[in-house]
Amino acid sequence: MSIAECGYLTYDELKEKQKLPSEERYEKGPVAVIECVQEIPCNPCEAACHFKAIKIGDPITSLPTLAPEKCVGCGVCVSRCPGLAIFVVNKSFTSKTATVSFPYEYEPLPKEGEMHKGVNRKGEVVCDGKIVKVTNPVSYDHTPVVTIEIPKEYADEVRSIERERGKSA
Amino acid sequence: MSQRISEHVVLDVEPTGKKVTISVDGKEIEAYEGEPILSALLAAGIRINRYTVKRHEPRGLFCGIGQCSDCSMVVDGKPNVRTCITPVKAGMIIQTQDGLQAEKEAAS
Amino acid sequence: MSIKMTDLLVIGAGPAGLSASIEAARLGAKVIIADLNMKPGGQLFKQIHKFFGSSAHHSGTRGIDIGRMLLEEAKSAGVQIWLKSTVIGIFPGGKVSIEREMDDGTTELVTLMPKELVIATGASENAIRFKNWTAPGVMGAGAAQTMINVNHVKPGNKVVMLGSGNVGLIVSYQLMQAGCDVCALVEAAPKVGGYAVHAAKIRRAGVPILLRHTIIEAKTDSNGTVSGCVTAEVDDHFNPIPGTEETIDCDVITIAAGLKPTMDLIKLAGCKLTFDGPFGGYVPIHNEKMETSVKGVFVAGDSTGVEEANTALDEGKIAGISAAEALGLISETDADEKRKEIWNRLDSLRMGPFGQRRKIEKEHLIDLYNKEVKEQKAFA
Repeated sequence: MSIAECGYLTYDELKEKQKLPSEERYEKGPVAVIECVQEIPCNPCEAACHFKAIKIGDPITSLPTLAPEKCVGCGVCVSRCPGLAIFVVNKSFTSKTATVSFPYEYEPLPKEGEMHKGVNRKGEVVCDGKIVKVTNPVSYDHTPVVTIEIPKEYADEVRSIERERGKSA
Repeated sequence: MSQRISEHVVLDVEPTGKKVTISVDGKEIEAYEGEPILSALLAAGIRINRYTVKRHEPRGLFCGIGQCSDCSMVVDGKPNVRTCITPVKAGMIIQTQDGLQAEKEAAS
Repeated sequence: MSIKMTDLLVIGAGPAGLSASIEAARLGAKVIIADLNMKPGGQLFKQIHKFFGSSAHHSGTRGIDIGRMLLEEAKSAGVQIWLKSTVIGIFPGGKVSIEREMDDGTTELVTLMPKELVIATGASENAIRFKNWTAPGVMGAGAAQTMINVNHVKPGNKVVMLGSGNVGLIVSYQLMQAGCDVCALVEAAPKVGGYAVHAAKIRRAGVPILLRHTIIEAKTDSNGTVSGCVTAEVDDHFNPIPGTEETIDCDVITIAAGLKPTMDLIKLAGCKLTFDGPFGGYVPIHNEKMETSVKGVFVAGDSTGVEEANTALDEGKIAGISAAEALGLISETDADEKRKEIWNRLDSLRMGPFGQRRKIEKEHLIDLYNKEVKEQKAFA
């Protein structure tokens, strides 16, 4: 099923439409994973990267491509992508755990050290995880980037945390 | 419980206007000067603004930008005031509209 | 009643109207904008997400911040913005009547005689009818968006969204940012209508998207306000399939069924219209200067075909430059050069699987103008 038919990316569709970092690159440390698969006129990620690791070029509708050897996994692009479609994955956080950094624009923001439920692209809870970092400087313009530590086997799945829904409902 | 948003990642939701009271069908509610009357009503959980002339059906917020007139009420005695684009002033008297007049007058 | 003169009157202080007025004022025109709302900015101030586009289009900047920039620019360019000012008539001889609410709350009827006119009245939301669709609690998605993002008040707590275009997807996301629960997004088509990234955001947040479904009824409580929503699956002809009904507990139903250009004043000005489905309904035909079949009447933004804020900004600029040219404030050569640059930029926005169709429609409007308008009607 394509994203247009279900609203979320399956890992197969992602692999087919975007060149993902190799397992060797993942083992070297944090790296951006770009989950942008539609040709839309948009290019802020290209300018966001201080290391010129993301390229869109001309036309502006081209899909972004990542040069994994240039990417340092800093996460600036995560906050800049208007589609909230870029993540940073670190598969070598510890021998058993990985981290996933994702944009999170909801209140309440999670806090470092808290335990949260990791959810996949479909919003399903897949594992527990510990928040290791919440970055929200002025330059991110109100798009906080949250980093969660999860068991390594979920690194390609977890893309957000379960949201505390309808607080005052 | 108030329907006002208390925290937001992107927006500064701290009210800017002065806190005042307005009267709605004889009951006093809190409002902020300058906000649309409709916002103050929604914040207080009031969702019906008027009843239609023929079938006496309730109407409330529909377009929110002054185009549809569903949120019309009687404000300080004047009917057909679009509450979504009319700012709150201290002491305003708001009445649910029934047909073309205030509800209570229509009933009497 | 008084009659005032001005170089340019712009109707509508949204992205198109503001950018038209800024361009014209910078070139030396005396500009007044009239807008019926309490605040300027049109619908920009409810767009709290970061925009797509290139850096020339403020990409990555939130609509609300673009709105703030425009207001600053309009102010420093000397544009007069008349708020709570409703245009109620456009008369032969180029007279425009405006009902203007003054600061003391009194209303004054002002008649303006502008040398040039830009109409940028935007668009309004379409409705979808189902049982009890008029009940309080059923509202346009844009209405809910205005409440949360501009007025900071939630219209309810549990929302069902109808329509998976960009408005339906983005407003669902923003309702959750405001602290509402979005129970489901319902879409009759077999595919999501808007951008995949917007759909992905709300799926990650746990919102189910019910494709091939529609809403057949709003349930109401004893007051007649919304207390639930009955959905049903639809067949290939979009007819509800009996026996598939399900009730969702909710207090708000938002309708995101597209937008229709607001044509009243454009029609009143005598501009030649054409029906354009992809653009949302009747739209004025216009040339590359954004001028209509009536000389001195320019158009821009969603009222010339529903697109997005970015395109409205650029079309507004073209209209403003052209109005200044008509006023003799810029030479045709210089105006052409500026316009060409903007058209090229617009081309980059009207690309890809979503934008391509809009480029075709825009070119169609201009083709029609060139074929059908042999001689413009007079306005002033």
